[in-house]
Amino acid sequence: MIVDINFVGLIIASIMASAVPLILASCGELITERSGVLNLGVEGMMIIGAISGFALMTVTGSLIIAVFGAMLAGVLISTIFAFLTQTLITNHVATGLALTIFGIGISAMIGKNFVGIPGKEFPVLFEGLKDTIPLLSPILFGHSIVFYFAFTLPFMTSYFLKKTKIGLIVRAVGDSPESASNQGINVRLVRYACILYGGAMCGLAGAYLSMIYTPQWIENMTGGRGWIALALVVFSTWNPIKILIGAMIFGGLTIIQFHMQAIGVRIPVQFLTALPYIVTIIVLVVISRDSRKIRLSTPSSLGKSFHKDN
Amino acid sequence: MHKFLIRSFVSSLVLLFTLTVAAVAKDVKAAFVYIGPTGDHGWTYQHDVGRKAVEAAGFKTTYVEGVPESADAERVLRQLANSGHDIIFTTSFGYMNPTNKVAKEFPNVKFEHATGYKREHPNVATYAARFYEGRTILGTIAGTMTKSNVIGYVASFPIPEVIRGINSFTLAAQKVNPNIKTKIVWAFTWYDPGKEAEAAKALIDQGADVIAQHTDSTAIVQMAEKAGVYAFGQASDMDKFAPKAVLTSVENNWGPYYVDRVKAVANGTWSQKDTWHGIGDGMVVISGLDSQMPSDLQAKVKKLQADLASGKVHSFTGPIYDQKGNLMVAEGKTADDGMLAGMMTYVKGVEGDIPK
Repeated sequence: MIVDINFVGLIIASIMASAVPLILASCGELITERSGVLNLGVEGMMIIGAISGFALMTVTGSLIIAVFGAMLAGVLISTIFAFLTQTLITNHVATGLALTIFGIGISAMIGKNFVGIPGKEFPVLFEGLKDTIPLLSPILFGHSIVFYFAFTLPFMTSYFLKKTKIGLIVRAVGDSPESASNQGINVRLVRYACILYGGAMCGLAGAYLSMIYTPQWIENMTGGRGWIALALVVFSTWNPIKILIGAMIFGGLTIIQFHMQAIGVRIPVQFLTALPYIVTIIVLVVISRDSRKIRLSTPSSLGKSFHKDN
Repeated sequence: MHKFLIRSFVSSLVLLFTLTVAAVAKDVKAAFVYIGPTGDHGWTYQHDVGRKAVEAAGFKTTYVEGVPESADAERVLRQLANSGHDIIFTTSFGYMNPTNKVAKEFPNVKFEHATGYKREHPNVATYAARFYEGRTILGTIAGTMTKSNVIGYVASFPIPEVIRGINSFTLAAQKVNPNIKTKIVWAFTWYDPGKEAEAAKALIDQGADVIAQHTDSTAIVQMAEKAGVYAFGQASDMDKFAPKAVLTSVENNWGPYYVDRVKAVANGTWSQKDTWHGIGDGMVVISGLDSQMPSDLQAKVKKLQADLASGKVHSFTGPIYDQKGNLMVAEGKTADDGMLAGMMTYVKGVEGDIPK
């Protein structure tokens, strides 16, 4: 094996590309959960985003319409969840699971006509700078706009929650909807907005898979990434920067284990395959040991329905 | 009174006759049980293309997709057998035991199990395709087209079907180019585009300039296209997904077999058998060859294809040695079907160990 510095850069770039859908979906779900709503429909919203993006791209030929359409589709399907859990006060867990099952089913139905059609090439930025700086060039340049957005999102999310007034309102609603309501905050409205935002990010994560990462549509193509994104939110203790770390470790180990196989490292392949799951959880648990911080960042009313009149 | 009796007797005779005729001319109904969704554009998709051929031949068909290889399979099979289906195709290896178990309960229904070897009851037949013949052709092309002499191979699960493919591919590649190395990466999935793309990327980053696959999605050929290396389509013609990368594809063509077997049920000539068809019988089809291949290679491939079809050439012709150098097939001999069906050792020249 040639250990040249550009090779390392290439590997890091593949790791980052594989982490994108996890970061997008996790950061979206994080905002939803910080407002006190547990939406287990991430996988369903992602797959809806994947088919909507791919279908719109094929039908309209416009990548911009497709990307925004996928986000809108995520918003629409999460509106169903918001209406059920916030207006009709149904159980979050059951409704979220139903959303996932619904999403997988309906995406397969819409997708029937889109199987076996090749996707379009998605434009990348700064392609010309690809060979300028050793190691850093493949990491920094030649990626899609969604890639750059995903890697700024955790920082923006962190800033939003900590430094902005609306971020504070979201946290207040998630910690104590009663107090927030007494302060004159419309709890239902805030939660609606956070659910819809989560839907948009999951839709974008799905579109990244079907339009940029592996440009094609096949059923169940999200392959459980929605569930991994959900787990990342919990194990990162609702901290967007730790989500970034977790997503990189997960993506990194998946790719590095393939490299280890190709090099011929004599470790049982089954163990290598399980490695990303095990190590990601261990690392996130270890870096999130501070129980005081966990208490501060855990939305206390997560998953509990809020009735305005009681 | 007499008149009435006669009339009712005649009318019941007519009724009886109609019923008998109806029973004789009763339409044969075929059912298909799929492991994945028909939208996978791979394994299940190709079986469904076969089912449509049966439909086009004038028979009624039903299918159930996404059936797990567990007790669920038995439940689905029982239900299909109970609801008037005359022949049921179970299209995944893991349906082997459920198929035989349910076949015992429904002796009048014919069962056809793909890729298995158990035929415990007279109403169970098995069928499979000699995909390894297609891989002999891919190996020949890969060995000729590689410049780095490193060939990447994305594998799914360590079962004889996959090992046989790796061996057949490597033997053919070595024959045209003794310096090649086959690097194998196990993805432990039949289809997950993201994972498959990552596995292919790892192999390309490690210097592979031709990528073969034994997983189902088109993600690998697309990744090859992006990286500017060669690849081969799996199960269906994947050329349009990666026009520059795909040199050819090995297609699964189940339709003719399915139509044959359903017709046999209709004619009452169906009998138990084990079918293992290859290029010769048209169950394994090689798609068009890419124009990037030099013309002498194209001619060589066409000849090889004809020789494999006629039986003049066998993919596993001795001498074949395993990784440790033990003789597997003696000089001048070919591997028999029993050896092929249970093949769980790599041949010499394949790197790494089979995951246990």
